[in-house]
Amino acid sequence: MLELTVEEHATLAGEKGEAAQVAMRIVVKMGELFGAAKLLPVNRVHIDSGIYEGPSGLDFVEMLLAKGARVAVPTSMNVVSLDLERWQQNSRVPQSFATPARRLAEAYLKMGAKPTFTCAPYQLKEITPQFGEQVAWAESNAVCFVNSVVGARTNKYGDFFDICLALIGRVPAYGLHLTENRRGQLLLSLKDVPPELVQDDSFYQVLGYLVGRLSGTSIPVIEGLPGAVTQDQLKALSAAAASSGAVTLFHIVGVTPEAPDLATAFGGNTPLEFIEITMDMLRQARRDLCVNPTGSDRPDVIALGSPHFSLAECLQLVALVEGRKCAPGLEFFVATNRVVYQALSQKGLLAKLVAFGANVTQDTCVVVSPLIAPDAKLLMTNSAKYAYYAPGKLNMPVVFGTLAECVDSAVSGRLVRDDTLWN
Amino acid sequence: MELNLKMLIEAEASGPLVFTDQPLSFWGGYNAHSGEVIDRRHPLSGQNLAGKVLVFPGSRGSSSGSGVLLEAIRNRTAPAGIITLEADHILCLAALLAQELYNRTIPVAVASADFFTWAARNNGTVVSLK
Repeated sequence: MLELTVEEHATLAGEKGEAAQVAMRIVVKMGELFGAAKLLPVNRVHIDSGIYEGPSGLDFVEMLLAKGARVAVPTSMNVVSLDLERWQQNSRVPQSFATPARRLAEAYLKMGAKPTFTCAPYQLKEITPQFGEQVAWAESNAVCFVNSVVGARTNKYGDFFDICLALIGRVPAYGLHLTENRRGQLLLSLKDVPPELVQDDSFYQVLGYLVGRLSGTSIPVIEGLPGAVTQDQLKALSAAAASSGAVTLFHIVGVTPEAPDLATAFGGNTPLEFIEITMDMLRQARRDLCVNPTGSDRPDVIALGSPHFSLAECLQLVALVEGRKCAPGLEFFVATNRVVYQALSQKGLLAKLVAFGANVTQDTCVVVSPLIAPDAKLLMTNSAKYAYYAPGKLNMPVVFGTLAECVDSAVSGRLVRDDTLWN
Repeated sequence: MELNLKMLIEAEASGPLVFTDQPLSFWGGYNAHSGEVIDRRHPLSGQNLAGKVLVFPGSRGSSSGSGVLLEAIRNRTAPAGIITLEADHILCLAALLAQELYNRTIPVAVASADFFTWAARNNGTVVSLK
């Protein structure tokens, strides 16, 4: 039975306005379904509901807005379906899509959400929580990262529930908000993986894809990785594991904050299952990331930045593209957030990317905004998340490669992939 | 036969059962305009689930899955009912929001492992939920 405080009862009775009442009714119903004993206050909310999937999203948010909705806690926003400042520069975004997509984004801003518009919110300092903080985040990769790498606590909240949580500043106390549910359950142990492969920028993408596939709904504990793992590598792992699977929390022994050692990661329990990750499994996962039935070797779209490229990733890209040029007819997309976009612009790096032929967007990405030509035939990406969703969401074959391979392929107009490290 | 299910979101539905042992992300995996499964790595890829009773372990992937299922319920392209092995937050939420917004929804239930074994052998059988 879900017990409410006096204040929460008042919200449910409508004393904090109609919008908060609707939100509380939905939250209480979900809390009861999932056996929560009470609600917990949260410090921050990250909202994913600004992606335009059709009229129902707009129906919901405008219903709340009409009832006077205002967020009760600091609220950041995930990507939306438009580069809000520059969408008109891409002739493929029809007005019929742009109008409702913009209305949706603006509705959330009217409720008091911040225009952060990024799917890597944990790379923006001012909205990243501290270790142990109770938060309510949506966006599968962000949920996975913030639980695993930051050690803040959230469940994967679905679209439209996130805004309900923001309006009342409470979450049902269940799942990953509670210490006892955060212990590891499945042990994944890396065996015989050469150290030079672990340094390769595609390794964590491939590993993440495999971890997602192996974990089911269990919390995996990964052992056998070196202690020095970068934030962008952990971002790749989080996004891949949350796309190919349902991973919302993982532990890496000696790396992530709730796993200083194996015993702590499992909270003293014995692993329910043990799987050894071999080179064969990794090679298969790397093959699975490609869906290219005709075997075409002519990519016509390169897409980077899912999750949004950090400044560090953009700097790597600039170093690779300087003095070079995309093959004619090929499109090269880089998705990032407003802070990185502005930094690139100020440092004169945006001009270098543009000179190469890159189309740098902010606020959005190619799977949520219609940026790619409808007749494009083969997408290449360094993102396991893009590779996972492109065949269905964009109805396009996809080839996965490293950042350098994506750039080399863009220049030559032919697929360039080097298997040496994987053999 | 009487099937033992725990109803999470109550509504009435009947339709042919479609079983898969693979989880599915509705966002990027389900077309809310047609009801087709578009996850090209999924065993149900290409199948239309509108009006079917989907029996599967649960959703995975994107947190926008609730938005896509809500949109599908609005468009009447959603499965007639959904049965999962573990209570699924994202799918229950979509069904609950549809009730709140459009005053109609689809049933979402949790099944036992025994039901799953039965469902795996009875693909296509018309089942009723209420």
